[in-house]
Order: sequence, then C-alpha cells, then structure tokens
Amino acid sequence: MSSSAKVIAGLIIFLCLITFPVWYNVVGGKASYTPELKIISEEKSCVESKEFMRIEHMQLLDDWRNSVVRKNNRTYIAHNGKEHNMSLTDTCLKCHSNKTEFCDQCHNYLEVTPTCWNCHIVPEENKL
Amino acid sequence: MKIDRRDFLKIGGLGVLGFAAKPVIDVVSKGELSEASIEAGPLAGKRLAMVIDMTKCKEGCTDCIDACHSIHNVPDFKNRKDEIKWIWNEPYDKTFPTQEHEFIGTGIKERPFMVLCNHCDNPPCVRVCPTKATFKREDGIVFMDYHRCIGCRFCMAACPYGSRSFNWRNPRGLDSSGNPFIKKNNTNFPTRTTGVVEKCNFCAERLAKGLIPMCAEVCKEKAIVFGDLEETDSELREVLRSHYTIRRKPGLGTRPQIYYIV
Repeated sequence: MSSSAKVIAGLIIFLCLITFPVWYNVVGGKASYTPELKIISEEKSCVESKEFMRIEHMQLLDDWRNSVVRKNNRTYIAHNGKEHNMSLTDTCLKCHSNKTEFCDQCHNYLEVTPTCWNCHIVPEENKL
Repeated sequence: MKIDRRDFLKIGGLGVLGFAAKPVIDVVSKGELSEASIEAGPLAGKRLAMVIDMTKCKEGCTDCIDACHSIHNVPDFKNRKDEIKWIWNEPYDKTFPTQEHEFIGTGIKERPFMVLCNHCDNPPCVRVCPTKATFKREDGIVFMDYHRCIGCRFCMAACPYGSRSFNWRNPRGLDSSGNPFIKKNNTNFPTRTTGVVEKCNFCAERLAKGLIPMCAEVCKEKAIVFGDLEETDSELREVLRSHYTIRRKPGLGTRPQIYYIV
C-alpha cells in the first residue's frame, strides 16, 4: 500500500470537485437566496389567504379551469364569501400583472415550467 | 343432502354466470343504452342555434370571418394545408352536397356560403374523442377543452363538415418575412398551441358575459340570427317558423344546429 498517499490526495481532490457547486454558491452568497416576490397590486388580499395560495394555487387554478371549461361555472366563492370571476388573465393577472417579478420568481427557482402561458397570453408580453 | 362433483360444478357454474350478468343488467336498468341511441330528442335544457340567411349575406363581405378570427386569435398561415378555420366560405356544392344538382340557380351555384361548426345535437366528434376534450355542453354548444386535447385528430376524421383544424405549426410563430401569424393578439382570449385541434366555440366566452356571438353581432346585413330553440317566442324560432330552412348533410343524423335560408 505504498500509494495510499496518492489515493487519499486523489479522493480529496475528487471531493472538492464534486462539491464545487456548493462551495461556489456559499462563497458567492447565493446559497441563502430565496425568491423575492413583488406584489404591485392595490388590492389588500388575494382570493384566498396568502398561506393557502402559496401552497395550493396550482390546485386552485386547476379547479378554476375545470369549473369554467367543463361546467361553464365562472364564479368562485372564496372562503370569506367574496365572489370572483374565475379567470387567469382577468382575475389573477389583473393584480399580478408583473409575471416576471411574481410568478417566474418561484417557478424559476424551483425549475418548474407551467404550461399555462403556452396558450394564455400574458398582458405585458407584447411590450417585452 | 349429498352433492356429488357433477352437481357442485353445475351450481357453481350458474353462480358465476349470475355475477357476470349483473353489470349488464345494471346498465340496462339505468337506461344508459337508450341515451346512446341516435335519435334521442331535444335536451331538457337550452339549445343554442343559429340561422344564416344567405339571401341577406353579401358576396365578398368577410366581416364575420375577420371579426371572429381576430377576437379568437386565429392564426393566418396563408397556406391551405395548415389553415385554421372557425368561420369560412364554401361553394354551394360543398356546403349542401346532397341537395346539389346541375341546374341550381346561378346566383346560388357560384356564390360562397358561410360555414362554421354546426354544434350538432348528435356530434360525431364528441363520440370519437378518446380524452373527452370535445364534449357537448348542457346548452348544446359542442365545446373543446384544449387542456385535454392530445391532438389525435379522430374528431377531424369524424366531423363531416370539416369544421375542425389542427395546429400543425405554432400559431404564435412568425412567417418567413418575420410577421406574426396572429396579427394582433386579443389578450383576453388564449391562443392555441402546436398539436391541438381547434374549432368555433359559439363564442362561449361572450355568451358568459351576455353577448351574442361575434359573427352575429358584426353582420351589417343582419344575416345571422342567434338564439335558443327552447324559447318558443325567440327571434330565432320566429325566423324558423316563417322561412324554409335547410341544414348541412342532414342525412348523416348529426342534427346540425346551424340552419340556412337559401
């Protein structure tokens, strides 16, 4: 086992290389990055509570879609009794018209690519 | 009582047959078979329909086509093969092939007829759709759920009117000279995406707001009457009462809900 020194050195180099992305982010200060959402709406609250929307917005949008397209029911009654028009572009994007600063923040961070905008048009998309 | 092997097998066999017959009996007793038969009669709810008066429709006018295609973000690929159609023109012999003969009046024979999805009462496209992306709403509209469409094009083969178009190309794309296929986006209505089938939706999004379909609204000649067949005193029923109307390919049993005054 005369080459143990070389093996250990090799292992250390290997570990350094494989953990490089972690080190790089720690040094660059990106490890503690959290997406920052900018809300530009004048409305005080969303259709449901912030906590609910954070976890369940995708399910809510799915339910809205099924309700509008398949059952032709376009009115959503929130838990606080308020009525909303079930529409991605008319309701959601009315407040969150800054898609790149709002939707995309988390979606990019988590690397999810919702297919909504393959068909639904983002209002300011024309300006970009 | 002593049961020998022969009797045991007989009784067991009958028991198994009984279980196998149960689902069949359930279906028959619920009356699901009668629902699937071809001549099922009118729906209990509303039945939306349209009358197109070709005696008023002006030759050369494309107002309804332009308005419909612009609010629904219908792309123009300038190519018959890739063409997307919601409303379009067909000659008489293609519109009413079973009612055509060589001595049809000249004013009819040469003129283009305005055609769109017939929103059939017995829609073959709905029957063949494997994902139920196309379905018939309670108000009679044959509606598409683009989210569910897998682009198999069975509906296009089934539709005898050619009312369905497939998106071979990206409708949001640009042509060779850099112009978008959709000239101006209506941001309140989605576009479609490559690989889905699309067709006229009878302006369901406008009906939800209490507006009549765009084609009927923009027609200056008032050649298009839209209404509910269940409302006996509606303008639609009045027009149908006072005129002789025909439908496209009625012999196929699809019961189209677009009526023509020729």
